Amino acid sequence: MSQLSGEQEHVHIAIVGSGPSGFYAAEALLRSDQNVAVTMIERLPTPFGLVRSGVAPDHPKLKQSILVYDRITRDENFNFLGNVTVGRDVSVSELQTMHHAIIFANGAQNDRHMGIQGENLPGSHTATEFVGWYNGHPDFRDRTFDLEQEVAVIVGHGNVAADVCRILAKSVDELRHTDIAEHALEALAQSRIKKIHVIGRRGPVQAKFTPKELRELGEIPGVRACADQQECNTAEQCDIELAAPTNTAAGKNLTLFLSYAGAAPTGAVRSILFQFYVSPVELHGTDYVEAITLSRNELTGSAFSQSAISSGVTETVPCGLVFRSIGYRGEPIDGLPFDVKRGVVPHDGGRVVDDKVGQPVPGLYVTGWIKRGPSGIIGTNRADSIETVESIIADLGGLTNTPKPGLAALRALLAERGIRTVSIEDWHTIDAKEIERGQKSGKPREKFTRVDEMLELLS
Amino acid sequence: MPHIVTDNCQLCRYTDCVSHCPVECFHSDDERLYIDPDVCVDCGACIPACPVQAIYDVVDMPDDKEPWIAINRERAKALPVVTEKQMPLPTADERRAKLGF
Ligand SMILES: Cc1cc2nc3c(=O)[nH]c(=O)nc-3n(C[C@H](O)[C@H](O)[C@H](O)COP(=O)(O)OP(=O)(O)OC[C@H]3O[C@@H](n4cnc5c(N)ncnc54)[C@H](O)[C@@H]3O)c2cc1C
Ligand SMILES: NC(=O)c1ccc[n+]([C@@H]2O[C@H](COP(=O)([O-])OP(=O)(O)OC[C@H]3O[C@@H](n4cnc5c(N)ncnc54)[C@H](OP(=O)(O)O)[C@@H]3O)[C@@H](O)[C@H]2O)c1
Ligand code: SF4
Ligand code: SF4
Repeated sequence: MSQLSGEQEHVHIAIVGSGPSGFYAAEALLRSDQNVAVTMIERLPTPFGLVRSGVAPDHPKLKQSILVYDRITRDENFNFLGNVTVGRDVSVSELQTMHHAIIFANGAQNDRHMGIQGENLPGSHTATEFVGWYNGHPDFRDRTFDLEQEVAVIVGHGNVAADVCRILAKSVDELRHTDIAEHALEALAQSRIKKIHVIGRRGPVQAKFTPKELRELGEIPGVRACADQQECNTAEQCDIELAAPTNTAAGKNLTLFLSYAGAAPTGAVRSILFQFYVSPVELHGTDYVEAITLSRNELTGSAFSQSAISSGVTETVPCGLVFRSIGYRGEPIDGLPFDVKRGVVPHDGGRVVDDKVGQPVPGLYVTGWIKRGPSGIIGTNRADSIETVESIIADLGGLTNTPKPGLAALRALLAERGIRTVSIEDWHTIDAKEIERGQKSGKPREKFTRVDEMLELLS
Repeated sequence: MPHIVTDNCQLCRYTDCVSHCPVECFHSDDERLYIDPDVCVDCGACIPACPVQAIYDVVDMPDDKEPWIAINRERAKALPVVTEKQMPLPTADERRAKLGF
């Protein structure tokens, strides 16, 4: 810091991405005793990342972290530049010339592939598309899902699979007063789904649902959750996993699965069937998904590192819709090191590392899903961003030798390129209009689902 | 149903829980932390962060922890909010070992 002229010189820091990890990084920077100016750059005109476009509409409480983010945006040293894609509208090296440090908090929005035949047949979708669609993410506005089908298969036993399952299973009356996108509500109102298979390649003890989400799936009015008693039997290595004091969730999940297996049939409109030890091997159909072939697995390996291997036995389940919910991947940005295999940016304590030389790249940092990979809930990103910001603060002495122009130069460059940037005041305009639009139908908001519509409102 | 801090959090204050909380709902006195039930969003992020398993979701807490619901509510309202991880109290490691973690 010593070489900066004058007291009012800021340390200019750009944050790429406005999800939880970006906001918690901004919070930690603005709370530090350094004179920082933060510019948060977001691809969409709207902030908050997956808190807006991932968290399910029927879980409004979890979106309250937005209140904390809103407070951060009011800091005089915070600036928001929406509708700007780093790597397309402005390059990493351009940002470097204008800022002392850049924090990449751009998340992991691409989906993983199952790598099986028939995966790309119409009717086979990713959870990402479905979630983005019902949450009104502009990228997925025009997707369609054939909800005339009666049987859907969801691949994966994580909380995203639980979200997809819940939205498919619930009646529209239960969703009507949430912030679910209008187009999704209309389509779901016509849904004829009767049965939802939720399949996991390993057993009930390895399922990644949090018990709360799993319990909720058993409590939906008019919906019966089922499982096969036999498949819920545990072997020795699973018993070791169940006994670990840090793994209480597994025991709770197992108890829930067993209660689903033991429940008597009801006159439910829809049913959810949890299946274990099965992996998809092929999707069949001429023009459209008609069935899925599953192979039975056995577990091998020791407790906490058991993996599924195929026993060679297969079964085929007729179905008209398939959603894979098997995790996410980050997307590379030009000029930023990337680990193609893991789909994350290599780092050391949040310092971006150039794998070729094994050294940190001065001034580049990373946090959130693009740093750790696609796991962890909203709060996990707070601890993660605190770590990254600690690294930045420790490095500042070496980073601030030359003054940088910061936001003013970035604004000028984007204006020259004809990019309509969205400020935090612009977002307040969009926000107020969305809330107003929601009032008519008793919703907390009716989201704008097209970027053009949002920009038009601002013009 | 909110989350609560219980008796295991005593003379300890690792406050790892605080760094994981997405909203600002932890409050503290000299001895331990308390969660404001009106601010907590029930995300559960703090549970695995606590090295002595002091935090429970009210939905699945052991019966004997029940008095802590009222204590958290009352104390949280009367005490200042903590938003950053603090230095653990000097007694922390001893307490942690004593609890068998
Ligand atoms: C479907 C789903 C539901 C979830 N539900 C919950 C839940 O109920 N509770 C919970 O606690 N956690 C939930 N999570 C997890 C939680 O959303 C994540 O932990 C968290 O959002 C990760 O934060 P992030 O900031 O790393 O990424 P993100 O939230 O994905 O934010 C990344 C941001 O960067 C922007 N961006 C990307 N590329 C660029 C670029 N090149 N230039 C500029 N901007 C860019 C994106 O548009 C996005 O706004 C859910 C996750 C998913 C996928
Ligand atoms: N309400 C909430 O709190 C909430 C809601 C949504 C998301 N989230 C969080 O967001 C994160 C991401 O959630 P997620 O559901 O995407 O991930 P996840 O929890 O990692 O679950 C992914 C699932 O996909 C399975 N899988 C992976 N590859 C597979 C393959 N090739 N074939 C078959 N199955 C495969 C995994 O099985 P294996 O275990 O065998 O690998 C696992 O069951 C999680 O941390 C989650 O808790 C939280
Ligand atoms: S981490 Fe646990 S013991 Fe430490 S302060 Fe938080 S609740 Fe108390
Ligand atoms: S459950 Fe979540 S919101 Fe509540 S105290 Fe824990 S981390 Fe904070």
